Amino acid sequence: MTIKKRPGRLASAAVAMAAALAVAACGGGGEPAATGGTSSAPNEKITLTLQTFGGGTNFGYKAAVDKWNQEHPNIQVKYTNLTPDFENQYWPQMLNWLQAGKGAGDVIGIDEAGMGLAKARPQFFTDLGQYGLQSRQGDFPAWKWENGINAEGKLFALGTDVGGMAVAYRKDLFEKAGLPTDREEVAKLWATWDDFIETGKKFQEKVPDTKFIDGLNTWFNVVLSQEAAKNGDVSYYSKDNQLIVESNPAVRSAFDFATKVNSAGISAKLRNFQDPWFAGMRQGAFATVGAPGWMLGVIQGTITEDGEKPDQGKGQWDVATAPGGGGGNWGGSWLAVPKQSQHPKEAAELLSYLTSPEAQLLAFKEGGNLPSTIPAQDSPDLQSAVNEWFSGAPLGAIYGPSVKSLPPIFLGEKHSQTKAEVENVILGMDEGSIPVGQAWQRFIDEAKKVADG
Amino acid sequence: MSLHVETGPRADARAPGRRPRQGGRGPRGRLPAMFDLRVTPYLLISPYFLLFAVFGLFPLAFTFWTSLQKYELAGDAEFTGLDNYVKLMSDGDFWNAVVNTVGIFVLATVPQLVLALLLANALNKRIRGRLFFRMGVLIPLVTSIVAVAVVFTQLYGRDYGMINWILGLFGVDNIAWQNEKWSSWIAIATMVDWRWTGYNAIIYLAGMQTIPRDLYEAASIDGASPRRQFWQITLPMLRPIIVFTVFVSTIGGLTLFAEPVLFNNGRMDGGSTGQFQTVAMYIVEQGFRRFEYGYAATVAWMLFLLILVGVLINYFLARRIGGAK
Repeated sequence: MTIKKRPGRLASAAVAMAAALAVAACGGGGEPAATGGTSSAPNEKITLTLQTFGGGTNFGYKAAVDKWNQEHPNIQVKYTNLTPDFENQYWPQMLNWLQAGKGAGDVIGIDEAGMGLAKARPQFFTDLGQYGLQSRQGDFPAWKWENGINAEGKLFALGTDVGGMAVAYRKDLFEKAGLPTDREEVAKLWATWDDFIETGKKFQEKVPDTKFIDGLNTWFNVVLSQEAAKNGDVSYYSKDNQLIVESNPAVRSAFDFATKVNSAGISAKLRNFQDPWFAGMRQGAFATVGAPGWMLGVIQGTITEDGEKPDQGKGQWDVATAPGGGGGNWGGSWLAVPKQSQHPKEAAELLSYLTSPEAQLLAFKEGGNLPSTIPAQDSPDLQSAVNEWFSGAPLGAIYGPSVKSLPPIFLGEKHSQTKAEVENVILGMDEGSIPVGQAWQRFIDEAKKVADG
Repeated sequence: MSLHVETGPRADARAPGRRPRQGGRGPRGRLPAMFDLRVTPYLLISPYFLLFAVFGLFPLAFTFWTSLQKYELAGDAEFTGLDNYVKLMSDGDFWNAVVNTVGIFVLATVPQLVLALLLANALNKRIRGRLFFRMGVLIPLVTSIVAVAVVFTQLYGRDYGMINWILGLFGVDNIAWQNEKWSSWIAIATMVDWRWTGYNAIIYLAGMQTIPRDLYEAASIDGASPRRQFWQITLPMLRPIIVFTVFVSTIGGLTLFAEPVLFNNGRMDGGSTGQFQTVAMYIVEQGFRRFEYGYAATVAWMLFLLILVGVLINYFLARRIGGAK
């Protein structure tokens, strides 16, 4: 729309300003004008906003969105990745927008950590069932599907990717430390987590100025995701939303692992998804990162500067099976359509496309995000997939077998806030501001503060 | 009183000179004039008060109302009276934030105002390129807070920061500036001072130039040294200005937010044990990270009270400057 030059322009601008002020003065209670549900005329061009989070290639939707935009000239998608940090930035901002009734995109990404809260707030999300997305049920494993059903029993979100677990490591640094570099041999170095720490100590002796791991909270999450599967598939909260940090052996094991790593002195003490962590990754400040499928895209995207220099760092990293039996489900997301969307029908259509096996395989190719749909998991494209940038690592062989048997871990309504607080304690221990002897008590206290809030 | 003079409104309007004095409840025709006289002044100053009511008074009252509830962002609200205030009194994290805020405020403001005073005194002398220096001290003020904080955070970086590099030349190990209270406070205080010292210096300078020259001349004739003149003339005469800068610094210091947040990569926790979490950051953490709106509103009101107390204390302290005689 262009503004035509006419004498009344100033006056109309003033009126508009006054109206805007009046609206602003009404505060957040005002609902947007009742246009919800109406769809635009078939030939009118509309733009849908897709909002995601994550580092590097994040959701890996570049190729999938380009394809959609070519096929749908009248429904263009604007794909924006807001921030790498879900708990501290993306989710708080999103809740604000949902509450205000303005600002959220037409399709938004939600991490597993936020799903507990999203399910408990049906008022903010469009019922996808009314646009026929119920038919997608057959594509998903039961747990991924059921987590997209909210407190009112309505389908509000479909799954994108799942975690899976492996270790990404720097081949050149391993060589410098006199360790094997072949991924089969490397996996043999660490059958258990204790072996992993021992390997780290050996590495540290030979290469003192580069640390073996990035920081404690990455690995704490890796171990927690494995241990939770062994302890009834629960993490910080029981299935009836009670805080169980103190009594869940999984949390304690992961914490104990963190203290062992801390005393071994093999951590670069960088907090994941913050600027110094990304800088450290580029500069080679650490040799290994715990890698669910999506983490590969974070690493590749960071080092290749969002794909602008696709060959930068190529062949430097490789991927090996994780210690402790290899499994583990950390991360994995869902897509939802906020109620405030002006084009819910088209948004639901886009959501269905992005979670389709086809688009999930495109995302897998782009960022390593492991598909959550069964047809995509079974497809030869995944099973035989090789990532050239990661030294030709056979991702299908590494992640493929475990991806279908991933444990569905229950995350409570306040999981996201709790995670942010307890990880602070882990990091405080890492950097030395919290004495190791006091860390566990503090860990419990901080979690309780959030739960009681 | 039954005295009622029915004069035509038109006649009255045309000949205001004949208007009876006691026309207060007079005929309708005088209404516009009266309206003009009594109401127009208020109308003219009303925009400020309207805006203040909408953007100042209303939020203040609404925040208070919110602080009386257990109000979860994007969730339910429930009236709980003063529960939040009771909880706040025994909330260690809140008091930690208060200590941090006051600590950083003192660490930043005292050197800042002293330095500003010395700078202003120097700029008030006859020196070469006076205008250049006077403009120069103001330059930090025109850079944005975010830019200042981002650059300083990089300077204070643990692994690749310039300050650690310089310290390293003297054999000091890399300091993780964010990890300890003392180091993080110093880092944040330098950011604040870098930006605001020049601003205060210019205000002091303006104040100094209003002090009559003949006072100094008389003092010189009496044999007072420049140092003595500074203590006995400049400082007492500057008192109102100093009180003003102390007020402004107190309000700015107690609501300190952008610098410590950016020093922490945009997170609100102020380090893993809240080493440099200020009260303003604590409000945002409660309201927008843990989604406890009601409690955040309570903290906001406490901050308001804290500022009032802080300003009063500083007012009494600043009033005593040079006031002995």
